[in-house]
Amino acid sequence: MNDLPTTALAIAAAVRAGSVSASEVVEHHLDRIAATDGEIGAFNLVLADEARAAAAAVDAAVAAGHDPGPLAGVPIALKDNLCTRGIPTTCSSRILEGWRPPYDATVVERVTAAGAVAVGKTNLDEFAMGSSTENSAFGPTRNPRDLTRVPGGSSGGSAAAVAAGHAPLSLGSDTGGSIRQPAALCGVVGVKPTYGMVSRYGLVAFASSLDQIGPFATTVADAALLLGVTAGHDGRDSTSIDGPVPDLLGVLDHGVEGLRVGLVTELMGEGIAPDVAARVEQAADALRAAGATVEEVSIPAAAYGLSAYYLIAPAEASSNLARYDGVRYGLRVDAATTAEMNVATRTAGFGPEVKRRIMLGTYALSAGYYDAYYGKALKVRTLIMRDFDRAYGQVDLLLTPTSPTTAFRFGEKTDDPMSMYLNDICTIPSNLAGHPAMSVPFGGGADGMPVGVQLLAPALGESVMFRAAAVLERAAPPLDEVWT
Amino acid sequence: MPESLTRQDVAKVADLARLHLTDAELDLCTGQLGAILDHAADIAALDLDDVPPTAHPLPLVNVFRADVVVPGADRDEVLAQAPAVEDGRFRVPAILGEEP
Repeated sequence: MNDLPTTALAIAAAVRAGSVSASEVVEHHLDRIAATDGEIGAFNLVLADEARAAAAAVDAAVAAGHDPGPLAGVPIALKDNLCTRGIPTTCSSRILEGWRPPYDATVVERVTAAGAVAVGKTNLDEFAMGSSTENSAFGPTRNPRDLTRVPGGSSGGSAAAVAAGHAPLSLGSDTGGSIRQPAALCGVVGVKPTYGMVSRYGLVAFASSLDQIGPFATTVADAALLLGVTAGHDGRDSTSIDGPVPDLLGVLDHGVEGLRVGLVTELMGEGIAPDVAARVEQAADALRAAGATVEEVSIPAAAYGLSAYYLIAPAEASSNLARYDGVRYGLRVDAATTAEMNVATRTAGFGPEVKRRIMLGTYALSAGYYDAYYGKALKVRTLIMRDFDRAYGQVDLLLTPTSPTTAFRFGEKTDDPMSMYLNDICTIPSNLAGHPAMSVPFGGGADGMPVGVQLLAPALGESVMFRAAAVLERAAPPLDEVWT
Repeated sequence: MPESLTRQDVAKVADLARLHLTDAELDLCTGQLGAILDHAADIAALDLDDVPPTAHPLPLVNVFRADVVVPGADRDEVLAQAPAVEDGRFRVPAILGEEP
């Protein structure tokens, strides 16, 4: 058992070749989950029986001479806001506790069809609203590298599951940084693809113009593999891009010779911890050494991104979450009239952060405030897109920190929503613009916790982004290197 | 610039959002939402009259699918998830104040 392959690419190759069985791979990962997830809490639900049955089916296919697909026998963890037919999907909210969706999300269909084995549903901040996984109704997930610290969020369970070796791959969703920030804090790779590249069908909606599904992995190549399997047009999502899926695995060794990289001035100064900023500078040096040019570029409107995001996302959420009315699914708290039942159900079913955002969004959309808040935020979104367009006239890629700090401790930011929101300052602009971005582990901070550096590219610029990510991965200092 | 958020504003918003807040929650929320809106004052103060709004990152127009019949969700499977059903339909308490 000691020589089982660890990456998704190696597992799939071995399973397809028949040298390793999917069943022994899944048993190994279920053992790891049983041994360590009690203290980490990455999973809301472990699908042990279902995973064993799926692995047996993969092994039977191999034995019969069929190819199970590019993810043959690869364990995968699914964020618990991705619908799984007949399997509880909670969004870590009391209001959906016990709900069993009548359909699979498109990404779940695609990874299953490619031979992957779903091992469980991972914890998140309730309805993906948060940056620490402390907002889960079912308790927090702990950072596998230091159990006294948060794993980030909202996809904290998916990031922790990969960091802890519970599964080589997981899927998360990213509305304002919810894949990239936990990837950085847990020391794994996390990708938010171009808006529309991956179907959102079956992703429980938070803010529909910002939400995007993406992969977590321990390597850049594994992230490219999973993105390739999940990407592509889906008629069930009207915002799905109808175009070719780039061959990301094929470009990973193309290097960055001649590429122009921009360091975003506004995201390197105030508010960014010095040890994090130093790692970003070191990453810039690594790209330079590999033949890229690096220059400073300005995205002035990025300074307004946080305000725009915390009006737009709650506004969309207040509309999306109106569906939780106690009528068709999930929790119902009985009352004499339907109107009273609606209020009693929502009051009991939603946690404090979700209520806060619903009210903020309702306020920003209400008569008398719409123009001043929501309307202004939509115009700032235009400014940010214009600034990005200007920057991409000058450079091919942008480089920033993923998160302003390394993983913080539990309770450090829960009493002050605004300090928690500041976590997202580097990740939000990509969601507002619909652009791809990814976090790549790049050594540790002064506290020895992982630092992630973020690469940003223009819409559909995944190929060039992954080329640079592969260079940074090779150049990354080890996590245990003493920070100076 | 909108005026600062009051306790009455929050109570009204909670009502619109079909949420009930206790007095203590109302106080807490007034402070917290006020702090977030204070931060948003930076964009409320911008002069953006000449800037068009962006509601969505993609230049999408209406998307149509072929007009062919495809299977929908199974009714019994959907109803099995409902808190209360009757005769193949969702059952709710009284509406419009009539006797249940």
